[in-house]
Amino acid sequence: MTWETVIGLETHVELSTKTKIFCSCTTEFGGAPNTHCCPVCMGMPGTLPVVNEKVLEYAVKVGLALDGEITRSCRFDRKNYFYPDLPKAYQISQLYLPIVRNGRLTIRTESGGEKTIRIHELHMEEDAGKLVHDPWIDQTRCDYNRCGVPLIEIVTEPDFRSGEEVIAYLEKLRSTLQYLGVSDCKMQEGSLRCDVNLSVRPAGSAELGTRTEMKNLNSFKAIARSIEYEARRQIELIEEGRRVVQETRRWDENKDATFAMRSKENAQDYRYFPEPDIPPLEIGEDYLERLRKEQPELAEARMARYQADWGLPVYDTQMLTSQKALAEFFEATVALGTPPKQAANWIMGEVLRRLSADGLEAKDMALTPRTLARLIELVQEGKLNRNTAVRVFDAVFADDGDVDAYVKEHGLEQVSDAGLVGSVVDKVLAANPKSIQDFKAGKEKAFGFLVGQVMRELKGQASPQVVHQALRERLEQL
Amino acid sequence: MELWEFTALELGGLIQRGEVSPTQAAQVALDRMAAEQDRNNAFVTRLDGETVLAQAAEVEKRLAAGEKLSPLAGVPMALKDNICTKGVRTTCASKILGDFTPPYDATAAEKLKTAGGVLLGKLNLDEFAMGSTSETSYYGPTRNPWDLDRAPGGSSGGAAAAVAAGECWYAIGSDTGGSIRQPASYCGVTGLKPTYGSVSRYGLIAYASSLDQLGPLARSADDCAAVLELMAGKDRRDGTSLDAGWGSLTASLTGDLRGLRVGLPSDCFGEGLDQEVRAAVLSAADVLKARGAAVEEFSFPMMKYVVPTYYIIAAAEASSNLSRFDGVKYGWRAADYEDLTDLYEKTRTQGFGAEVKRRILLGTFVLSAGYYDAYYKKALQVKALIKKAYDEAFEKYDLLLTPVAPTTAPRLGESLGDPLKMYLSDIYTVPLNLAGLPGLSMPCGFDGQGLPIGAQLIGPALGEAKVLNAAHAFQLDTDYHRQSPVGKEAQAK
Repeated sequence: MTWETVIGLETHVELSTKTKIFCSCTTEFGGAPNTHCCPVCMGMPGTLPVVNEKVLEYAVKVGLALDGEITRSCRFDRKNYFYPDLPKAYQISQLYLPIVRNGRLTIRTESGGEKTIRIHELHMEEDAGKLVHDPWIDQTRCDYNRCGVPLIEIVTEPDFRSGEEVIAYLEKLRSTLQYLGVSDCKMQEGSLRCDVNLSVRPAGSAELGTRTEMKNLNSFKAIARSIEYEARRQIELIEEGRRVVQETRRWDENKDATFAMRSKENAQDYRYFPEPDIPPLEIGEDYLERLRKEQPELAEARMARYQADWGLPVYDTQMLTSQKALAEFFEATVALGTPPKQAANWIMGEVLRRLSADGLEAKDMALTPRTLARLIELVQEGKLNRNTAVRVFDAVFADDGDVDAYVKEHGLEQVSDAGLVGSVVDKVLAANPKSIQDFKAGKEKAFGFLVGQVMRELKGQASPQVVHQALRERLEQL
Repeated sequence: MELWEFTALELGGLIQRGEVSPTQAAQVALDRMAAEQDRNNAFVTRLDGETVLAQAAEVEKRLAAGEKLSPLAGVPMALKDNICTKGVRTTCASKILGDFTPPYDATAAEKLKTAGGVLLGKLNLDEFAMGSTSETSYYGPTRNPWDLDRAPGGSSGGAAAAVAAGECWYAIGSDTGGSIRQPASYCGVTGLKPTYGSVSRYGLIAYASSLDQLGPLARSADDCAAVLELMAGKDRRDGTSLDAGWGSLTASLTGDLRGLRVGLPSDCFGEGLDQEVRAAVLSAADVLKARGAAVEEFSFPMMKYVVPTYYIIAAAEASSNLSRFDGVKYGWRAADYEDLTDLYEKTRTQGFGAEVKRRILLGTFVLSAGYYDAYYKKALQVKALIKKAYDEAFEKYDLLLTPVAPTTAPRLGESLGDPLKMYLSDIYTVPLNLAGLPGLSMPCGFDGQGLPIGAQLIGPALGEAKVLNAAHAFQLDTDYHRQSPVGKEAQAK
């Protein structure tokens, strides 16, 4: 029997507002424990939450970008549970009237087609604190710095059929959030976190199987591997005639497996009810209109523009717009006079290579468009050959070094002086009579060997064109 | 006449004119507190004399420097002990917050301080403001100054008792279902629960967030108006606070009631109401009539739903609001525990009193999966209907007049054995909290045992000026509010 995997995602995204969702504490990551808090986010008695309007604005912006319906009168609700990382013993979230419903996001599938993922809802909530266990003294310490950092949770319908689709969705979502400027989406700092709901069913069946929820997924790699593992686990269970139990499972990165955390029977009753401390948020048409006007150009619009204006292939435009900072870098490079295709090739090739090798995101790189543009210019002018240019690129990448100074200092400028090249050619020919004979006998390989010899003498800095030309001329004269 | 017998505005006037100094007034209060505390236990925490006199001296200095403070500058006052005060322990009359000292002031406390208020201490209440007699306090019951064997009412019993016994000129209480008005009634003082949102709740330790409201208890409606003016207003720290736009409340106290339409909901004068209370409240209607008001009875059938609706909503919110008291971050923590769950269970089992636990359990139940729709959601729907019924009543009437409580002050211990009976005695006060309306309790007579009786004036949302003016007019023609229990007992003996 063939099986179909059905997946729905819940993605928590930390918003990059300067202050927390219900007080004016900083949202900055890290800091000494309990230094980014106040009586409000620590839930001290008598304190009250007041909504940070930026959080609402960011949530609505994402809702608009996801083509969702904005709830015109939305409310917060309380989710009640006891845990030391939650100082009020309830989380202010949204259950009954989330800010966005019925959105969608279109992804590109492996086969090159398009697929629309339906967004069930998007709601706003506050993050909890962090518990740090100290094994030396066997104590758990509470750090409330993260308490009250604004989150949005984006819940999809069960529309994914593979791990690849999930990753494509997350990449697209991350790009969209970055274009909107509402989140850093740094998985390693926890500003993008994912829960995966997964079930399997016989291919062609319309009914959904029993699902499990996987938590603790903090990288794209972990998500892809856990999906693969969990689907296989469920299929094996069913094929052995056993049942899948509805439960929450934890992904263990080191063991490459999921483990049961709690079953549905032990699920908590959160006793949600409308948050009485925050009046309903009324969203007017004027407000929506203003935000619509302020929406930045997203990846798709940019892709279309790059194709229309500069004739770039679809693949290139997709790569260039995968990160907002990369697209901006590309456009700035072109604005400095670099031919678009040249800029695209360098960015897709060398820039992405280095980013990946250095574990950086485009927005964190030091390299400026001016530096890359100058490098490309030198290649075009014939002053640097391509291989040397890559060497220069690697040297200046990390701290945006001065290209011209580096070339000069290391004597890398390409030798285009026909006289110099000519004298080296003469020297090489004099030393290799056998190769001349071979060439005359029609062995084209010998020409390549001679070129190599000349280039070696010139330490690889000669213009290949000039070398070719000089060598041909001399050989013909012989 | 002794200085402590003056109203707050009268004392404020003497201070403004330099006839009495804030330090003198503070000393009088300190002496009165020292004389009464062991008798009525109105305070949970009394500030020491040095601290009180230093505040008074500071106000004196500011006044001498020509600072315009307020008509109540230099007048000593006290706060219910569920209102946070920076550096002064705030217990909610609970064991669980016995050592809690807030690092911040409630907005209302801060505003009164700025206006030249001199804080004497923190007043006793039912634990977490849950109760109608001030007997559920971990720090012992407060006693009614008119009869020390009786309860002062609750939950702001300490506030009502302190004002009645002349220990302070005004006090701030909180009212979730009648907790300002009912003790005001039992103790013969004037108490106002303002429109929901008109006074910031920031720093008021929440019982039921959608119903809680701060308000004054004092010797007269004028004093209540003056205090409310100092406290009210939109606060950026409380999203539910609002700008009432009253203008000057004290200036609207003309005493002119001509053309005023007053409705008497007949459903508030029937079964369960003590005859002496009924007679006193109806005679109050006659006083208003004599001042030019038109008084008329009308039917208000929503009354039978108000108590269950109130207890479902209040308990639900309380169960959530009180979850933060878990022994982890501040307050009291049980001594021996095995693990996290045990820490929570022991701390909360031993840290809360019986009435608080009863309401937490009730609230947890009505919010539970499977019961939410049947109880909590339905209660919210009834709440909306109650509000609508008031809206309709206020199309016909400017004000409503009802009793505050079915009886006068009960004997200590009488109510605790029968919580259901205690809940039912809240019937006249709780609907205002459900509808968010202003209500004032004013003394309107005494029963055969010499215990004060209160009448309740109810206004539409933000109709404080009308409510206060009607009470002011009533007090121009009566002197119930100027009666004091102090010395009466001594005379009897």
